[in-house]
Formats: sequence, C-alpha cells, structure tokens
Amino acid sequence: MNGQGKTPDHISQAESIRSAAASKLEANVPSLSPGILKAVWAVVWKDLSAELRGREMLSAMLVFALLVIIIFNFALELDAKTRAAVTSGVLWVTFAFAGTLGLNRSMAMEKDRGCLDGLLLAPVDRSAIYFGKSISNLIFMLIVEAIVLPVYSVLYNTNLFKPGLLLVILLGSVGYIAVGTLLASMAVQTRTRDILLPILLFPVAVPVLIAAVKASSGFLEGIVFPEILPWLNLLIVYDIIFLAVSFMVFDYIVEE
Amino acid sequence: MKSKPTMLKILDIVTVLLLLAATTMVFFYAPLEAVMGQVQKVFYFHVAAGWVGMLSFLTAAFVGVMYLVKNDFKWDIVGLAAVEIGMVFAFINIVTGSIWARPIWNTWWTWDPRLTTATIMMLIYAAYLMLRAGIEDPNRRARFGAVYAIIGFLSVPLTFFSARLFRTIHPIVVGTNQPGAQGSFDMTPAMLQTFLFSLLVFTFIFIDLLWHRIRLGRLSSRVEQLKLKSLE
Amino acid sequence: MNMDASASAIIRVNNLIKRFGLKTVLRGISFTVQPGEFVALLGPNGAGKTTFLRILSSLSKPASGQVLIAGHSLPSQASAVRSRIGVVSHQPLLYGDLSAYDNLRFYGRMYGIPSMDERITEVLELVGLLSRRRDLVRTFSRGMQQRLAIGRAVLHDPEIMLFDEPHTGLDQDACEMLDSVLSEVGARGRTVVMTSHNLSRAAGLATRFDVISRGLIVASTRQDNLNPGELLSFYNKATTKQ
Repeated sequence: MNGQGKTPDHISQAESIRSAAASKLEANVPSLSPGILKAVWAVVWKDLSAELRGREMLSAMLVFALLVIIIFNFALELDAKTRAAVTSGVLWVTFAFAGTLGLNRSMAMEKDRGCLDGLLLAPVDRSAIYFGKSISNLIFMLIVEAIVLPVYSVLYNTNLFKPGLLLVILLGSVGYIAVGTLLASMAVQTRTRDILLPILLFPVAVPVLIAAVKASSGFLEGIVFPEILPWLNLLIVYDIIFLAVSFMVFDYIVEE
Repeated sequence: MKSKPTMLKILDIVTVLLLLAATTMVFFYAPLEAVMGQVQKVFYFHVAAGWVGMLSFLTAAFVGVMYLVKNDFKWDIVGLAAVEIGMVFAFINIVTGSIWARPIWNTWWTWDPRLTTATIMMLIYAAYLMLRAGIEDPNRRARFGAVYAIIGFLSVPLTFFSARLFRTIHPIVVGTNQPGAQGSFDMTPAMLQTFLFSLLVFTFIFIDLLWHRIRLGRLSSRVEQLKLKSLE
Repeated sequence: MNMDASASAIIRVNNLIKRFGLKTVLRGISFTVQPGEFVALLGPNGAGKTTFLRILSSLSKPASGQVLIAGHSLPSQASAVRSRIGVVSHQPLLYGDLSAYDNLRFYGRMYGIPSMDERITEVLELVGLLSRRRDLVRTFSRGMQQRLAIGRAVLHDPEIMLFDEPHTGLDQDACEMLDSVLSEVGARGRTVVMTSHNLSRAAGLATRFDVISRGLIVASTRQDNLNPGELLSFYNKATTKQ
C-alpha cells in the first residue's frame, strides 16, 4: 500500500481497463446465473455426451447385467414353472447391482480431475447438481433395464412387456437412484470409495427392492390390481420421501 | 479431565440395581407361560433390547439434524455414541430373538417383520461405522455420519411396512404360521408389569451407557487436542 | 492501513480463522487486495495457502472472520461471488471424456454466458488451443490441460482470478507458455491472487508478494520495493522469523 497517495502507472491503467471491462460486462450480462433448469439440463447433457463418446460405463453395466442373468440360470437350475416365480427377483437383483456400478462410475467421474469443485464453483444452486446427476444416473439405469428386458424375454421365453411391469421398473429405479446418487456422492469422497456404496445403499434400499419385486411379480403373474396397489403405493411413498430428503441434505454432502 | 460426576456415579449404581431387580422379576415374579415355558422369559429382555435399538436410532437421527443445523461437534459425539450402543442392543435383540425362536418354532430364524427390520437396522449401523472409518477429516466425518443417520432412520419404518406387507400376502415358507414376535400369548398383569419394568430398566441402561460413551468421546477429543498442541 | 485503501479493496479479509477438526490451520488472517494487483502468496507446505485460497473461492467456509469479495460477503453471498471469480487449482477441473470445446460449452452453460460459441472460440485462441478444440481432454498433456483450465476460468470474464500453484507438474516449456497466458490474463486489468512455492516464476509475474506461514501472513512487499534476486532472501527472512 502506497503511503504517498500517488498510485503507480500500471495500476491506474489496470484500474481503467477493469472499470471499462466491468461496465461492458454489466451491460451485456445483467446477472451471470443460468437458473436451475438450465443448469440441470447442462449437467445431464454433459453426462450423456461423455458417456455416448466411449460408452464404457454402459457397456460395463450391460455386460455385467447379462452375466448375472446367465449365472442365475446355472445357479438356480429352474424349470419353466419355478422360473416364472423368481423372474422378478432375478431381474431386480440384477438391476440393483448394475445400478451400483453406474452410480459409482458416475460420481467417480466428478471426483476425477477435481471436477466436483468445478461444479461447485458455478453460480448455481447445489440442488441443480443433485438433480442433474440423478437424472443422468436414472437414464443410464433405464437404458440398461430396457436392454435387459428383451434379452431376458428371449433367453427364458417369457413375455416381460407388460405395461404394469414397466411402470414398476420406472418407480423402483427412481427411488433407487434418488438415494443412490446421494450415497454415491458420499462414498466417492471416502477412502474406501466403491466398496462402500453397496454397503450404504442396500440396507436403505430394502423397501424399494421388496416393493419392486412384489409389484413386478404381481403384474407378471396377472394378480388382481387391488393386491398390487399397496406395493405401488409403497414405491411412490418411498420415491417422494427420499427424493425430498436427498435433495435437502445434498448441500451438506458437497459443501465444506 | 474431570472425574466421574456424582450424578453419573449415582446413575451407575441405580442402573445396576434396577437391572438386578428386573432380572429377579423376570425369573421369580412373572409367571411361567403355559405353552412356551421358561424360554418365554427371554421375551422381556428381547423386546427391551429392541426398544433400545430403536431409541438409539431415533437419538442418532435427531442429533444428526442438530449437527447439520448447529455445526457443533458435541452433537457428533452423541451421534456416534448412540449408534455404537444401538448396534450392540440390536444385536442382543436379534440373538435373543433367535434363542426364543428355536425351541418354540424349531427354527433359528423367522423372517418376521420385526426381526427382519432389526437386522437391517443393525446393518445400517454397521454401514454408518464403516462410513466414518473411511473419512479423515473430522468435519466431513460428522456431516456424512449425520446425513446417513437421517437417511437410515427414515428408511427403517418403510422397511418394516414392506416386510409386514410381505408377510400378510405370503405365508412364511419355513416353519409354522405363528405370528412370531407379535406376541402369540396373552399377558397376565404380572407379565405386563414385568414387561414394562424391563423397558424402563433398559432405558436407564441406555442413558447410562450413552453418558459414559459421550464422556469417552469427549476425553478422546481432548487427547487429540493435546496431541496437536504438543506437536506445534 | 488507511481507510481509502480499505474502501476500494476488491478483496478484504479480516481475522479469518479456519479449523479442521481440532487443528487450527488459519489463525486470524487479514488480507487486502486492490483491484488490478497481482499478488503472489508464498509459503512452505502446510502453511495454509491452499486452504486460504479455497475459502476465497467459496469452496470452503471460514470458522470465523470476515471475507468480502467484490463487495459480497462469504459465505452468505457465495453465489454472487462465484460469478465474479475464476479459479485455477492444481487439478484441471475438466472432464477427460469431453472435448475441449464441449468442456467449455458445459461451463459456459453453467455460468449462463451469452453468445457462447464466439466466447469459446475467443478463449481457445487466448490459450492457444483452438486447433485442438475437438480433441478429448484426456489426450492432452498436463500443460495443455492447465491452459484449458485457465480458459475455463476466464470464460465468464471474472474480475478476480485465483490460482492455486498453477505450475505444479509442468515442464519448462509448459511453464513458459503458462506464464505468457497468466501475464496476459493479469494485464487485462484483472485482480489475481496466486499461491506458489516456485519463487522464480512468481517473481516474474506478480506485483506484490505476501508470505504466509503457519496460518498467518507474516510479510508483505511490493515488486518495486525489491531488487532483482532479492525475493529469495525476503522469503527466507520471513519464514525463519517464526
């Protein structure tokens, strides 16, 4: 700090450039803040672009899911009748494990090269990050499910394309991903990383998995709707509660 | 470090006495149940342990919220204490449940909703401890612990409902159709008194252990602080 | 410190304290930066440079003390601060699976920048990566990633730049290139705070040198007060005083 009161040339020059730049900036951009929806969309687009480029994560999830289904065939050695009864269980176990892979990969991408800081530096609400990541995680899980269904149908000669089942898959995936994204954000910031996610997620996701399996088999076996309804309600309740809570606590996970 | 406060000393003694009293009640005051015999007496401590497990969970979730709001470490110490105690009592709950099940229904395990939920609760506790173990930064450890305690706590009622719904729609495959811990016996007044007294005693045990564990937590903090000071 | 200087300061930190658990890392730092200054924050490892910079970037919250950036207070007005600062840390903050152009497009959207394509092209030219705009960032050398990181940081034309040891891991050539970008960035009237433990690099770029040691700023001097080569002795004197 200059006690003389006369500022050096290059600083006063910098001053004038700065104020010129500042006024130009203010003229063009009233406020640099894109709004939550745009930010969410930006995050989703970023995740989809990055994945579509190399498709590493999707292929890993898919191959894994198919392997699990095939292993089940040998491990359970079922005849056609029993197989019908366990189909929904097999499907959901597969989805749960493949989902974990995707969640891990998705959050690891942010940890890599410090990108999470990049997201936090942007002048957007943190919930935009949560919703953006959740939506892209959901999309990936749905893609895998969309491919597994026909493959399973073909391999085991069953028709899985009942609209009720599709609804259950959607509701179940939403709940699973809502909590999964939050917990994956935590897991990726610990020393134990990948291993920790299933340990954190599965006990908490039990209601979703139970409800999804029961509702799925309900639709597959053609059980009357009123009996399936309680399971659907449970799924919806779970989805709402955990979307709300995860969104509310997400800030505490990412901010220091 | 201050020595044990007088209140705590008194509480220790009171708790031990209460526990002795409860045990006496269970074995000498409560009548022998007609069908199940001696084994039924496990019930009193089984349910009380389960109660403490749930109480711990509630405590952990509550202090979790307090920590996130107030950002004060003392809440975190309470949270960790609650989870550790909860885990032990959830385990006791499960084991006593198993001991009860074996002679009655000829099986070590029933997938009854309460037992299932207790097991899952214990797994959530274990996950909580593993989560904390993987974090160096104390602030992050406390934050993550708080968040997981809240999430875990919210999922438990839903787990219970789903397990119960599961049960009503499908009968259990293994074992008889006995409704398990639903209390398939009618309680005489003496039994009821013993039962409620056990709940009370276990609540005392919970508070006593919690207090001790919180002191331990504070002591360990103090040690950390002194260690850091000496390094400077 | 006279009132005038304080009033026009673009960064004003008063008695900042930061703790990690029981360990106090920043012990009451006071720090003022005038617009247009290029401050090099020097200090040994563990002094608290990165922690301090993270607080200035709004990535970390202070335990106590006042932090004012461009008139906005942290942490309460963090969102307003974020649009006016650009941060380069020693990690590139870039997505390896996206191209350079797509990385900038993503950040452009996150910052709500208008006429994005023009701005991105402008920035890529500034950091000398226009020809590599379609290439994936994971194919870039460290030096190129660092340059693109600077591009990301200036995309929204912030008044204040915060650099955390930007030369880490770069070879001589990359350092030279980085320096030319850094000085151009600094010359455009932006205020810069750069942490470094590379004294020779800092000497060529900064207008002011502050030394931070054990969580406090122990010395501060202007470029014009130092003769060439005096920086090292100034730094040594400041750090051994403890």
